[in-house]
Amino acid sequence: MMKASLTGQRLVVLFFLGLVAFNFPVLGLFEKGGTVFGVPVLYAYAYGAWAALIFAMARVAGRRDDVPPASGPRG
Amino acid sequence: MTRTILIVDDEPNILISLEFLMKREGFQVYTAGDGEEALERIAQHRPEMVLLDVMMPKKNGYEVCQIIRGTPEWQDTKVIMISAKGRDTEMAKGLAMGANAYMTKPFSTKDLVAKVKEMLEAA
Amino acid sequence: MLQGWVIVLASLAYLTALFAVAYWGDWRAEQGRSIIANPYIYTLSIAVYCTTWTYYGSVGRAAGSGIGFLPIYLGPTLVFSLWWLVMLKMLRISKTYRITSIADFVASRYGKSQLLGGLVTIIAVIGVVPYIALQLKAVSNSFTILLNYPDIVMPAKVGAGLFLEDNTLYIALLLAAFTILFGTRHLDATERHEGMVAAIAMDSVLKLVAFTAIGLFVTYGLYDGFGDIFRRAQAVPALKELMNVVPGGGQRGSSWLSLTILSMLAVMLLPRQFQVGVVENVNENHLRKAIWLFPLYLLAINLFVLPIAFGGMLSFPGGDVDADTFVLALPMAHKQEGLALLAFLGGLSAATGMVIVETIALSTMVCNDLAMPFLLNRRWEWLNQQKDLSEILLTIRRSAIAAILLLGYAYFRLAGEAYALVGIGLISFTAVAQFAPIVFGGMFWKQGSRNGALAGLLAGFSVWLYTLLLPSFARSGWLPGNFMQGGIFGLELLHPQHLFGLVGLDETTHCLFWSLLANISAYMVVSLMGRPGAAEAGQASLFVDVFQHTQGFAGSRFWRGSADPRELVALTSRFLGPERTQQAFGSYARQRGVSSVGLLQPDADLVHFAETLLAGAIGSASARVMVASVVKEEPLGLDEVMNILDEASQVRAYSRQLERKSRELEEATQELREANERLRELDRMKDEFLSTVSHELRTPLTSIRAFSEILLQSPDMSVIDRQNFLGIITKETERLTRLINQVLDMAKLESGRTEWRMERLDVRQVIEEAIAAASSLFSDRQVSLETRLAGAVAEVEADRDKLIQVLLNLLSNAVKFVPSGSGEVAVYLLTERDGAKNSVRVEVRDNGPGIPREDQGMIFEKFRQGGDSLTGKPQGTGLGLPISRQIMEHFGGRLWVDSEPGEGACFILELPRADTGDNGRNEKTKTEEEDE
Repeated sequence: MMKASLTGQRLVVLFFLGLVAFNFPVLGLFEKGGTVFGVPVLYAYAYGAWAALIFAMARVAGRRDDVPPASGPRG
Repeated sequence: MTRTILIVDDEPNILISLEFLMKREGFQVYTAGDGEEALERIAQHRPEMVLLDVMMPKKNGYEVCQIIRGTPEWQDTKVIMISAKGRDTEMAKGLAMGANAYMTKPFSTKDLVAKVKEMLEAA
Repeated sequence: MLQGWVIVLASLAYLTALFAVAYWGDWRAEQGRSIIANPYIYTLSIAVYCTTWTYYGSVGRAAGSGIGFLPIYLGPTLVFSLWWLVMLKMLRISKTYRITSIADFVASRYGKSQLLGGLVTIIAVIGVVPYIALQLKAVSNSFTILLNYPDIVMPAKVGAGLFLEDNTLYIALLLAAFTILFGTRHLDATERHEGMVAAIAMDSVLKLVAFTAIGLFVTYGLYDGFGDIFRRAQAVPALKELMNVVPGGGQRGSSWLSLTILSMLAVMLLPRQFQVGVVENVNENHLRKAIWLFPLYLLAINLFVLPIAFGGMLSFPGGDVDADTFVLALPMAHKQEGLALLAFLGGLSAATGMVIVETIALSTMVCNDLAMPFLLNRRWEWLNQQKDLSEILLTIRRSAIAAILLLGYAYFRLAGEAYALVGIGLISFTAVAQFAPIVFGGMFWKQGSRNGALAGLLAGFSVWLYTLLLPSFARSGWLPGNFMQGGIFGLELLHPQHLFGLVGLDETTHCLFWSLLANISAYMVVSLMGRPGAAEAGQASLFVDVFQHTQGFAGSRFWRGSADPRELVALTSRFLGPERTQQAFGSYARQRGVSSVGLLQPDADLVHFAETLLAGAIGSASARVMVASVVKEEPLGLDEVMNILDEASQVRAYSRQLERKSRELEEATQELREANERLRELDRMKDEFLSTVSHELRTPLTSIRAFSEILLQSPDMSVIDRQNFLGIITKETERLTRLINQVLDMAKLESGRTEWRMERLDVRQVIEEAIAAASSLFSDRQVSLETRLAGAVAEVEADRDKLIQVLLNLLSNAVKFVPSGSGEVAVYLLTERDGAKNSVRVEVRDNGPGIPREDQGMIFEKFRQGGDSLTGKPQGTGLGLPISRQIMEHFGGRLWVDSEPGEGACFILELPRADTGDNGRNEKTKTEEEDE
């Protein structure tokens, strides 16, 4: 098996975090109503967590520590 | 009865010297310059002895010797091989082809004459 | 005013701009200055994921179910975090083996199976047709609505009008024509379309800009920001509910999850996503940015979905305006003509982007995995007669594009009305999800076999057909109504949407559950039941271990046989055209350090290279068949493949280091062995040389000694004899001296210790000198000499003494071999005037016996004299000609003989002319080049 790179492992962790955050039952916790700065809590959570996840992915992927060797010349 | 001897060599100067040498010893001398000519002379004159050079055009000494030994009526012919090739393997090959003696060039004329006489008298 | 012609004109202008961008992109690509080679364009091209489904449909979905549209975008966001593991591997596999579509990927993985490739293609076409219908529907609806401006009139029921009055048909045809122009202008070995990618990126920009503009207009123009819209909506009870809960009641957990999973799979497996994400990828490193940039794009394009949805519902409380059209209806209702047109164009760009990429990807699959295998198997004769197959391939693709769009139109007419945009899209997503087990299984699980893949795919597809596609027809009234009640046999257990009594799931989730269950179980069970064939096992290893297989030609390890490079080139050029083929093979040859294609080793690497090249154009399965038709293949048994695999993987895993070390050691040993062999050979040659030299020395010595002894022992010898014998002794001594000198000359030449005094010489003078020196030889043997020395100046760079030595040698040889008395020798000097270009030629002719052809090379070897027994043994040492030749070579010239037995011999020497301004070295190389 391919030895998962450090970047890869970090991203996998983010994947599972996101999977939990964007599914039930966690999602159900925000169905209670109310608003944050005028935006319904559910929407604020969904978009906020989404943005946070993207931010985290950008941070992880932007780190240049290990890249698998590039493929040879094409053809 | 005069003893007959055939001298075979492709070097004319060697032929001249050996012819002179053997005539001086009282032999009837014939000469040949290559292997085929040698066989013709043998058939023609039936010499008792052949002084045979190895490296010659047309047929080399080994081949001539082999033919002599392969011809029943020539069995008694004595063959002395004379060659500039002096390595053991070449000598062994010459003897294996049926030569009675093998001498390396350059040789002492005295030794050669002695060897010729010795072999003819033993016969 | 927004009259029809304005809309049509704006649309055409936009399409023209798109085409211009594509053209520019292709042009730049040909110049080698790619405009798409950056992660931003790559990301924008992946954003072809957002179609009219997103553009119009998300708002519609949000209006009906609040946040329910979101999993379709959260799924891709999540899966992009896995891209580092999954996509990188997919990319590496596809680039290494030149895979050009998802069908090709699957076919190639499972032993280059034509059957599997064809099946994937069929499923993809059937599955994606509803999705294309969706685009047509959206464009046609938006066009109709905009046409009625300023009234907001929902389009009439489709199917009501005649075909010819249906603008959807014209849209389909227009898009088909456009796509054909776009994607099938020429055939490329890598199936990459830089221009198309550039145009898609522009599409993605436009749809984002348009949607954001509408969003800003609604949020800040019609209302007073997000807070204001949501506050107003809170006041409406029905909307308040939408705002606070995830829709779907008790099923919402499963629906939400299944939508997430579906979209995760779709963003990787949809033919168009595979096309832009994998095939069109320029650089693996672009992934690093795309991983987060693409989710960011999704977030941005979804930012205003909820405000527009709620704004729409607040503005059109009656419910007579379809929520799918809010994006267009809102600006229209507020008389924003420009904005409405922009909204329409945004939707158009979302549709064109999707249709172009999807149909191009599908047409590639149809051509490579359906049409080619059919032609190869059934119409081989016909195919074989066609000269330019690339035209045929293009025609197939063009027809496929038109056919797919017409199918999309047909589906739109049949079933389009029963579903909202999103509903139609989900049917396609679920179909494509059937590829997931065999694709990901194929990438990470070596055991997965062709039969398993076939079983899984068929099982999953059948379930999809039964539980999702047929019900969509039934719902539109094209199938008997009781189908929906009790399935095919009227059995409640076979109810298409409550299979085996499964209730409590929405139809998509229901289908996804059963189809993937059937698919995965069949795939795994069948795979584990049998042993894969040799070809499959090889391919499995190449895919799963793609990172370990060293670069480039890994595939050739599993192939054994022989081929003719010319046939491979001919075959390839029938598909790719001669120019591209020559280019590709030329660079391959250069890479191999070979000057021309014809000199290539016809080995497994070459065959693999040609096959990979062809695979780019016609798919891996067909490429394999085509290549097999021109090469002689010796099939490898499964055991052999397994051995190769075992060996390779073990060595790789545990002892790469050791392997390298032992290889180094082996190389060193080999070098030593070779050096030793060379030494032994040199030793043998030296031995032979000594033996020959000693023989040559002994012969004159024999005469000298014999005559000396005779003279010594015969004091009474006559004076004449004595004179004669002493003369012989003197001659033999001279011979001995000459021999010793030549041996020394030869030894010096060979060891490079000869001293050369190079100067500019007039060859004519040198010849005259040599003739003068040899004149006594001629008079002694009464041989006549003719000279013809041209008038032109013949200057060369050489050593005077050595050149004279060579000429003397040739002259004395000639004298030696011609008959005494009637002998004739001629010396000719030939210059440029006589056809000797850039060189000076000297010919020495004689009328001697000539040299047999077979001996003409031999006489230049050491101690190999010519001459036959007729003339007796020639005089000489056997070193003259070898020495002469070596000298000539040192001068940069040549020496050779031209002779017919019985007609004399002609020795020719050629020297490079020393021209003014040119130095000797240049001349030297020039002559050598000419000699070749």
